[in-house]
Amino acid sequence: MKLIFEKSVKGRKAIEFDLEVLKQEGLLDEGLVRKELDMPEVSEVDVIRHYTALSRRNFGVDNGFYPLGSCTMKYNPKINEDMSRLTGFTQLHPLNTFNQGALQLMYELEKDLCAITGLDAFSLQPAAGAHGELTGLMITKNYFEDKGENRKIIVTPDSSHGTNPASATMCGFDTVTIKSGADGLVDVEELKKQLDSNVAAVMLTIPNTLGLFEKDIVKISKAVHDNGSLLYMDGANMNALLGIARPGDMGVDLMHINLHKTFATPHGCGGPGSGPVGVVAKLKDFLPNPSIVLDGDYKFSNNTKSIGKVRAFYGNFNVLIKAYTYIKSIGRSGLRKVTENAVLNANYMKEKLKKEFDLPYDMVCKHEFVLSDKGVPNEVTTNDIAKRLLDYGYHPPTVYFPLIVHGAIMIEPNETEGKKTMDDFILAMIKIKEEAKNDPDLVKSAPHTTVVKKLDGVLAARKPILKYSK
Amino acid sequence: MNFIPSTETEQEDLLKEVGVSSVRDLFNDIPDSVKIDKLDVEEALTEFKVKKKLEGLAAKNKILKSFVGAGSYNHFIPSVVDHIVGRSEFYTAYTPYQPEISQGILQAIFEYQTMICSLTGQDVTNASMYDGASAMAEACIMACSISKKNKIVILKSVHPDYREVVKTYCSAYSIKLEEVEEVSADEKTAAVVVQNPDFFGRVTDLSKIKEYIGETLLISGVIEPTSLFVLKEPSAADIVVGEGHSFGNGMNFGGPYLGIIATKDKFKRQLPGRIVGQTTDTEGKRGFMLTLQAREQHIRREKACSNICSNEALCALAATVYLSYVGKSGVNLGDVCLQRAHYLYNKLLEKGFSKVFDAPFYNEFVVKLENVRELHSQLLDKRIMAGVLLEDYYPEMKDCLLFCCTEMNSKEEIDELLGAL
Repeated sequence: MKLIFEKSVKGRKAIEFDLEVLKQEGLLDEGLVRKELDMPEVSEVDVIRHYTALSRRNFGVDNGFYPLGSCTMKYNPKINEDMSRLTGFTQLHPLNTFNQGALQLMYELEKDLCAITGLDAFSLQPAAGAHGELTGLMITKNYFEDKGENRKIIVTPDSSHGTNPASATMCGFDTVTIKSGADGLVDVEELKKQLDSNVAAVMLTIPNTLGLFEKDIVKISKAVHDNGSLLYMDGANMNALLGIARPGDMGVDLMHINLHKTFATPHGCGGPGSGPVGVVAKLKDFLPNPSIVLDGDYKFSNNTKSIGKVRAFYGNFNVLIKAYTYIKSIGRSGLRKVTENAVLNANYMKEKLKKEFDLPYDMVCKHEFVLSDKGVPNEVTTNDIAKRLLDYGYHPPTVYFPLIVHGAIMIEPNETEGKKTMDDFILAMIKIKEEAKNDPDLVKSAPHTTVVKKLDGVLAARKPILKYSK
Repeated sequence: MNFIPSTETEQEDLLKEVGVSSVRDLFNDIPDSVKIDKLDVEEALTEFKVKKKLEGLAAKNKILKSFVGAGSYNHFIPSVVDHIVGRSEFYTAYTPYQPEISQGILQAIFEYQTMICSLTGQDVTNASMYDGASAMAEACIMACSISKKNKIVILKSVHPDYREVVKTYCSAYSIKLEEVEEVSADEKTAAVVVQNPDFFGRVTDLSKIKEYIGETLLISGVIEPTSLFVLKEPSAADIVVGEGHSFGNGMNFGGPYLGIIATKDKFKRQLPGRIVGQTTDTEGKRGFMLTLQAREQHIRREKACSNICSNEALCALAATVYLSYVGKSGVNLGDVCLQRAHYLYNKLLEKGFSKVFDAPFYNEFVVKLENVRELHSQLLDKRIMAGVLLEDYYPEMKDCLLFCCTEMNSKEEIDELLGAL
């Protein structure tokens, strides 16, 4: 398909702006002024047709099943979108002090997140999960500096998200990776060996990226606390815990939540998300400035011990509206039902698929599970299966993650999918395995039905073309 | 409201297949000591009641006549933008890891990258950062990694929130940060950070700064990006960072916004975040995919050049649609902002306000008047936000007001402000 620049027609215009005031010449020296503005020249119809055509070359949750593990691609309720478009929100300047509605919404959302996680305070400032992690690790760093302790190590299991060690590096921490036990979980004795006075925090994803709950969590948190360290929880998989168990009760000291995963605000092709950070009372003072307090009115408040700001203003406010609307729409019982159904669906798919595919960690899972490509005939790989799934009309699962599973296929159906959808997907997987046996080339050369065929990633990286030139 | 399709019968079927009698059995791996009976969260409201509640909250905010910018700009958003961004093929999709079914967003981001490079006069850019301030902070880390030096010099005329964010990141990364009044650099300095137009609206010639600091990297922040429609592209900078929300994204009480980061070709492998590249498929057809991923956290883990994963892709899409729509009329838009700001400025001087700076400006400027705080608050009572009191950010700037005009401030509205003084 042509680029918008290739549709440009000299002199064509969609809009003009009215000057209204008398034009003054010479306001800017020649040397400060742009010589040419190189932008496409298109009409309104051109713009609408072009981007509508592009939208049809894109696949979202509204197009079909999206079992992308660790990403919680649940249905995004339409009321969330409508509420986020109310002009009282969209047109509110961040420095406008007639902001009580906005502050109340943020304050109440923080309170609900505290109730859901069992933590004492939240900041809604981080713009995404990784941003939340970074914020959490800055809090960790400042907490120990404030105590006069010099702790330089973050311990994380080998199944952790890549953002965990990357965030640690950005805070000047060194990462120590511990090997998962044979059951895919943290081996408490192995962990204890790593714990010394240099360890600032242990970062765990709960349930972990294999979809397994750390059954020894109470022992783990005790060991971490006995060592004077903090327990950080990556909350990417919070969809498995709503109304069932709370991180705060497990001994988690701080965590981030991905509102775009658990709380149904959309992923928007990669963002905007929102990654609020929650902490126990002793870390509260270190949260980003400003926090919101209720003192007659809702007010911003700054703390001198705060890590500072991690972005301009207060957070991805428009995303917060959607998460708030979602919590109000499903309420206390609905939150629990979300988790119950997400976990039930995952276990159902796991039981069905393990008959056909290798399931390295065969036990009750939480919201997701991980298959491997071991035993798939004719050296058909996970990537081949993923591409063939495109032909069947599905977004593939997360692939090759976590790294500890060979050819990992990480499946997260989530609660907004029904039995028929799951059964159809399971059938597609079984059919692809049959194809791998009988007609492996069909699978290896997939996809066949998409607007472009398999793309040359090596070419893209070796000779990068990162913008259009005439 | 209920977004769960499974009926009770279906749930029974699923349970039977799993081999357990109740959903509770699926949570036996969680110790009883940490399980809870119920959450301290309100029960669900009906859709109608949710709407009433949210409309009530929205109504508690008052949208004022505004002459305030300072990092968030009130620009016209053409209807086409929301109609495209509101297409759920876009907003309900994930990061385009599967390019064959994500050509829509990948091509749009490729177009976005082209437009941002053209506007900034740089060679490469990424698919977006969280916002302008965090992009500036990441640029500082990037500059230290490129130059193998560990000191950043930032001008005090950079937006106070942005300096705060840079400070937070530098402190975490143990980068030495110096706030200065005038551009300066020594052999230990990785980069000098400026904003153009600066927080006070002043426009400067970046090439002179670059000439002065020589080898030291120049990071230039563009926080009001419509200025790029009329001002010379900041090609003299080594890294351009910016806030792009003015392009088709609302003010939204400060977020989500659109972080821009662009740089020279030779630094592309140090650039954080997602980058879209052009390639071909097995049949030779043009296609787009995420590329240069060896920089990123999911490949490099602790050695990645940043931890960024999610970005602000949908905001970048809005900007792409906006820029396509506005096209070359951007010059005209920029001129309207420029002219109206100068109209207001001259009228304020006539009204007895005094000049604070002599430098040229685009759509923001500073003026001074005795006891201006009182006047500012009287105007607020009349539902007019008459600029920002700079004393709140710079204690030495008593009685100074930072004003902003955009195409949304009609001449009539400006005259109304003048009349209310």
